[in-house]
Amino acid sequence: MNLWMIFKVALRAISRNKTRSLLTALGIIVGIAAVIAVVAIGQGAQTMMMTQINSMGNNLIMVFPGSQNQGGVRGGTGSGQNLTAEDGEAIARDLQHLVRAVTPLIRSGGQAIYQENNWSTQIQGVSIEFPEVRNWEMASGTFFTAADQRAGSRVCIIGQTVADNLFPGDDPTGKSLRIRNMPFRVLGVMVRKGSNSMGSDQDDTIIAPFTTVRRVLQNTIFNNVNMLLISLYSLDDIPVAKEEISKLLRQRHKLSNNTDNDFTTIDMTEITNTIGSITKLMTILLTTVASISLLVGGIGIMNIMLVSVTERTREIGLRMAVGATPSDILLQFITEAMTLSTVGGLIGVALGIFGARTVGQIQEWPILVTESSVVVAFLFSAAIGVFFGFYPALRASRLNPIDCLRYE
Amino acid sequence: MLIDIRNMFKIYRMGDTSVNALDGVSLTIAAGEFVAIMGASGSGKSTMLNILGCLDTPTTGSYLLDGIEVSGMSRAQRARIRNQKLGFVFQNFNLLSRTNALENVELPTYYDGKISGRNRKKRAADLLERVGLGSRLDHTPAQLSGGQQQRVAIARALMNNPPVILADEPTGNLDSHSSTEIMALFTQLNRDGITIVMVTHEEDIAAFAKRRIVMRDGLIVTAHEAIKEDTAR
Repeated sequence: MNLWMIFKVALRAISRNKTRSLLTALGIIVGIAAVIAVVAIGQGAQTMMMTQINSMGNNLIMVFPGSQNQGGVRGGTGSGQNLTAEDGEAIARDLQHLVRAVTPLIRSGGQAIYQENNWSTQIQGVSIEFPEVRNWEMASGTFFTAADQRAGSRVCIIGQTVADNLFPGDDPTGKSLRIRNMPFRVLGVMVRKGSNSMGSDQDDTIIAPFTTVRRVLQNTIFNNVNMLLISLYSLDDIPVAKEEISKLLRQRHKLSNNTDNDFTTIDMTEITNTIGSITKLMTILLTTVASISLLVGGIGIMNIMLVSVTERTREIGLRMAVGATPSDILLQFITEAMTLSTVGGLIGVALGIFGARTVGQIQEWPILVTESSVVVAFLFSAAIGVFFGFYPALRASRLNPIDCLRYE
Repeated sequence: MLIDIRNMFKIYRMGDTSVNALDGVSLTIAAGEFVAIMGASGSGKSTMLNILGCLDTPTTGSYLLDGIEVSGMSRAQRARIRNQKLGFVFQNFNLLSRTNALENVELPTYYDGKISGRNRKKRAADLLERVGLGSRLDHTPAQLSGGQQQRVAIARALMNNPPVILADEPTGNLDSHSSTEIMALFTQLNRDGITIVMVTHEEDIAAFAKRRIVMRDGLIVTAHEAIKEDTAR
C-alpha cells in the first residue's frame, strides 16, 4: 500500500467522525496556538529591543575616562581628564583588524538660535567617523570633512528634532544658526533615529567637529574627551577588543601593573545579555507550558485512537483478510494519528498567528511570526501523532484476523 | 492440485486438556472444483476454513496452496498469499460501512502495489457489472439489500483474480430468494473456472456444490460420494 493511499484512507477515517476528530485535535490546537502566539509576541518584543539597541551603533564599545583622584578627593566616573582623541586614533590605527571606526565625543550644550526661533539642545563634538560608528545616515546635505575637522570649522549637522524646531517648514542646509552667539553653518540633517533604549530623543542634537566644539564652545586648552565610541566589525569580537583596548590604553597612559585602569569600557553585550537571559527564561517557561499542553493533547489522541481501534476491529480483520500485513495496519493507524495531530497543528498555527496579530493590534505590540517557529510547531505536532499513535497502532497490528472477523 | 492438505492437526490446549480441532486431515481440491464443507458445530469445519484461508496455521501438517507450502509462513507472508491467491466471502458480508460499492471492491488492490488507480477503478466497475450491480457503483452498504451486499463482497473477492474463493456460510444472513441468486452467481463463477470452497450447514445450499465434504470431530467422514450418502440419510 503506497503512502498516498494510506494518507487518503486516514483522512477519510478522520472525516467520518468530524466532531470527535475536532475535539481530539483540540488539545494540540490549543497547545500549538499558544506556543505560536507567545513566541510571536516574545520575538516581536525582543526584536524591538534589539533594534533600539542597534540604533545606538554597530557593535559598540564605549570608553569613558576614569575617576579623577586629586589629593584623596575622588571624582565620579568620567571626571578624569586623561582620555584623549589621540587615544581614539591610536585604537583605530593599532587595532584596525577589530575596529571598524572610532569617534571621540565631547559633550556640550547651549541655546541654538535661528532668526526668531531658539531651542536648547545638546551639542556633540565628534570626528568624521561618527556616522559610521553610530550607523546613522544623512537625510540631506553632507557630513563635515576631514578638513573641517582639522581646521575646527564652524560647521554643524543637526538632528531632526532641532531641524523641526529651528527651521519649521524650511530646509536648514546652508543656513547659519547661532550657538552661544557664535555662527555655525548647517551642512545637513541626520535621518530620524527616534528615542534610544533609555527613552531619550536621539534626534534632539547638534553635531559638530570635536575640534570646533573644544576650541569654540569649551574654550579649553585641555585635550580630553568625554567618551570614545568604538565600532567593531563583529559582535563576537567584543570581549577580545575590550581586552586589547584596555592593554593599549594602559600602555598609552603609562600605568604600572598594580594601578587600576584610569578609564572604563562599557559595551552592548551587557544589555543584550540581560535581554538574552530574559528571553531564555521565557523560552523555558513557554516550552514547559507547551509541553504539558501538548502531552495532554497527545494522550487525548492516544485515547481516541484506542477507541477507534476497538470500534473498527472488524474493519481491521477484513483488511487483514484481503491482504493487509501487520505493518500495513500499523502504518495506517499511525498515519491516522499523525494526520489528526498535524491538522490540529496547522489549525493551531493559524489560530496562534491570528491571536498574536489581534493582541498586537489591541496592545500596539510588535508581532514577529518566524518561519522557524511555524515549521517547528508543525513538525512537533506530527511527531506527537507518531509517538502517541504508535501504541494503539501496534495493538491494532497485533490483532488476530479470525477474532476480528467474528467481533460483534 | 490447487489445494493439497496432508495429515493436518490443529490442537488447542486448555490447561491439562487438549482438543484436536483437526485430527490428521488430508484433503485435495483440484482447480475448477466447487466444494461444500459441511458438519455440525465443533466438527472442525471453521478451523479447516481458517487454515485454508491462511488466517490460521496448523499445529502440524503440510498445506500446499497453488504449489506453495504455506503452513510455516509468517503473518506478513500469509497476508501476501491471502491477497494474491484467495478471495473471501463472509456470512455477514464484512463491507466497509459508509464506503461505496466501488471502493469496497477495490480494497484488496490497496495492499497490492501492482495495479494503477485508473485500472483499479475500471476493474472494480467491471466486476460489479459482472455480479449484476453495474448501476450501483456509488451506493454504500446501507443503501443496498443483503443480497446486493453479498454480491459486492463477491466482486471484492474476485478483485485480485485469485484462483480460489472461500465462502463462509455465504447465504446465512440472506432470505431464500437472495440465497438462490447468490448460489446461481457462485455456480456461474465456477463455470467460468473459479474454484470455490464453501462452508455451509444448509443442505439445499450445499446442493449447488459439485462435491461435498462432511466433517465430524476433526476428521473428514465422507469426502466422496457425499451426495449419495446424504440422500440416503
